Amino acid sequence: MSTAATRAGGRRRGRTAPRRVPYVFLAPAVVMFVLFLLVPIGYTVYLSLRRVHISGLGLGRGARAEAFVGLANYRAVMHDGEFWHGALRVLGYGAMLVPAMLLLALLFALLLDVPRVRLARFARIAIFLPYAVPAVIASLVWGFLYLPSVGPGQYLLQKLGGSPVDLLSPTTIYFSLINIAIWGGVGFNMIVMYTALRAVPQEIYESARLDGASETQIALRIKVPMITPALIMTAVFSTIATLQVFSEPFALRPLTNSMSSTWTPLMKIYQDAFAHDDIYTAAAASVVLAAVTLVLSFGFLRLVQKRAFGQER
Amino acid sequence: MKIHTTAKLLAAALGVSLLAAGCSSSSPSSSSTANSNQKVELSFWTWVPNIDKVVALWNTAHPNIHVTASKQAQGDEEVTKVLTAAKAGNPPDLFQAEYQALPTLVSNDVAADIKKQTTAVKSHFADGVWQQVTLGTDAVYGLPQDSGPMMLYYRSDLFTRYGLAVPKTWDEFAALAKTVRQKAPKSYLTTFSSADPGWFAGLTEQAGSAWWSVNGSTWKVNVNDAATKKVADYWGNLVNTGVIDKQPMYTPAWNKALNDGTLLAWPSAVWGPGVLAGNAADTKGKWTMAPLPQWTAGENKTGNWGGSSTAIAAKSKHIDAAVQFATWLNTDPQATSGLVTQGGLYPADRDAQSGPALASPPEFFAQQTDFYQLAKQIADTAAGVTWGPNVNVTYATYKDAFGKVITSKGAFTSAVDTMQQATVDDMKKNGFTVATG
Repeated sequence: MSTAATRAGGRRRGRTAPRRVPYVFLAPAVVMFVLFLLVPIGYTVYLSLRRVHISGLGLGRGARAEAFVGLANYRAVMHDGEFWHGALRVLGYGAMLVPAMLLLALLFALLLDVPRVRLARFARIAIFLPYAVPAVIASLVWGFLYLPSVGPGQYLLQKLGGSPVDLLSPTTIYFSLINIAIWGGVGFNMIVMYTALRAVPQEIYESARLDGASETQIALRIKVPMITPALIMTAVFSTIATLQVFSEPFALRPLTNSMSSTWTPLMKIYQDAFAHDDIYTAAAASVVLAAVTLVLSFGFLRLVQKRAFGQER
Repeated sequence: MKIHTTAKLLAAALGVSLLAAGCSSSSPSSSSTANSNQKVELSFWTWVPNIDKVVALWNTAHPNIHVTASKQAQGDEEVTKVLTAAKAGNPPDLFQAEYQALPTLVSNDVAADIKKQTTAVKSHFADGVWQQVTLGTDAVYGLPQDSGPMMLYYRSDLFTRYGLAVPKTWDEFAALAKTVRQKAPKSYLTTFSSADPGWFAGLTEQAGSAWWSVNGSTWKVNVNDAATKKVADYWGNLVNTGVIDKQPMYTPAWNKALNDGTLLAWPSAVWGPGVLAGNAADTKGKWTMAPLPQWTAGENKTGNWGGSSTAIAAKSKHIDAAVQFATWLNTDPQATSGLVTQGGLYPADRDAQSGPALASPPEFFAQQTDFYQLAKQIADTAAGVTWGPNVNVTYATYKDAFGKVITSKGAFTSAVDTMQQATVDDMKKNGFTVATG
């Protein structure tokens, strides 16, 4: 080390106090967070408190004025039957989807974790791959498969003497949507659970085997309890994704008469903002939806926190 | 996902500011209009295919007014983008606007009144078309570009095979629909689509509907008027008795049905051949075009499905130059022939409708040599229409309301009542002065 270098180092330290350094490192993340999360949220809240007032025909200059209306937009959302019907539909959809998807993901993860399983790597990728397909594209492809006159399954059914099944009727649409969501979502959840399983120390299984436990017993009595945190995390993520389901129903909607364009809360928000040009009601509904999502996911976390993370405290 | 709406907004705002930066660097700082020794830069948003080739003709001939066309998504998405850009203070100087979107753009103070610059060209357009750019007021908010007079397309080969006659009235059309079910139980004469409000609006125009009208400073809203209910009831009976199909248009299943002859006819607009060529390629030369069936025998009326205009931004710094370009684009023979051959449009300009570019029929209809002569006759019979300031709400409600009555086999007239209710509610909520009935 030359004296020059030492001196340079000393000077640098003198200019920037060490306690500021962490903030410099944090700055990019904080700036991004503020710019792309806090500012848009703030703007949404601002918009949700405003409304346009038009006078007369609304043509010509000065006929349109924006004004603060307090919580009027929120009152409108609270009394909006279609929005809450959408929420009910989504609850029904989620009540069937989330358990089915997570159980299937858990089953796959446990099967892949069994010692001496064959084709594990291939199966893992095959199950995960649909997750890489964008939801809109997946929904379009599934939608085409569902249509009676173009779906190959429907074609085979008719060749075998059956009549085509309407997979897009007001009731079957739920299962058609759930099918798409499971197809696309199982892989991700399976990987999360599988990764958690691999992190479990092997000695535990060894001692269990010495005690005479079967693979099924190991799976149910040891593996599942050991990965509870991963199960909870996937449950929270799936719940949030379900409450905000949009792409799948939005892509299927043009193919059928049996679904409204306000079928889910987020579709209603989209409809208000981009079909009705009512960005203010849409903003208020977005805030309500975000709040409900937040309450539900934090509520669920609090409920299971003791059981799941108790031992880590 | 949580901030879907806001993310979209923000993205739009960012895009706009970038665009603004691009514009301000290239446009002259002075706010004066076209001046012989000053170069004017105009931006133009449009979705007409190959429009740049037409714009290039203008740019070579007019070195002082340079137009830059930028391609946009069709229809409502472009309207949303124009509204957002105008809100941010940087709208394009010119933009394509579907007729039914004009009132929304005007009520947002986005489209300029260009009445004084356009009095000379009014005679270029049919009255029904011109009415769509005046909104029934004294102002003029755009120059008509293309129109979509409705007509009937039918599979002439299958009509011959089953021994069917081309229906002249809607009564004959209904009877024919029943005959088709008997002669070809797997086929339908046509389908009623809950996905295409513009199609339904055109059919009601033919029957004489007037969904909006202006009375002094009051909007009269009549989406459920007698003519509309008559049309709704007519189609409702056909759908609910299973005489015609009820699947939406523009789906893979619909394409297949057109292609394999499951659907024998399509009430559509003059641009239909392009859609058939793209979606039912196997049926080339098998379709024939005829006038739409009439409500009263011997009448000659039709409605419009689609069509658009060129509007000028109220905030443009070069409104006169922009109108000059828009006038050229939509009335100059060289320009309109470019719109026809390059863009595939059916021009609103009446001279262009019988111009050399439309002398021969569309390729997909090569056997019907008088296609465009017949089309021009039909175009002249298109009913005028006044669009209201929230057609978007009415159209969005159409999709859900008709989807619902089709699924529940309900009365189609109740769907029309729902549309009226939603339209009036939305207008009142926003403060418009509204009268009904």
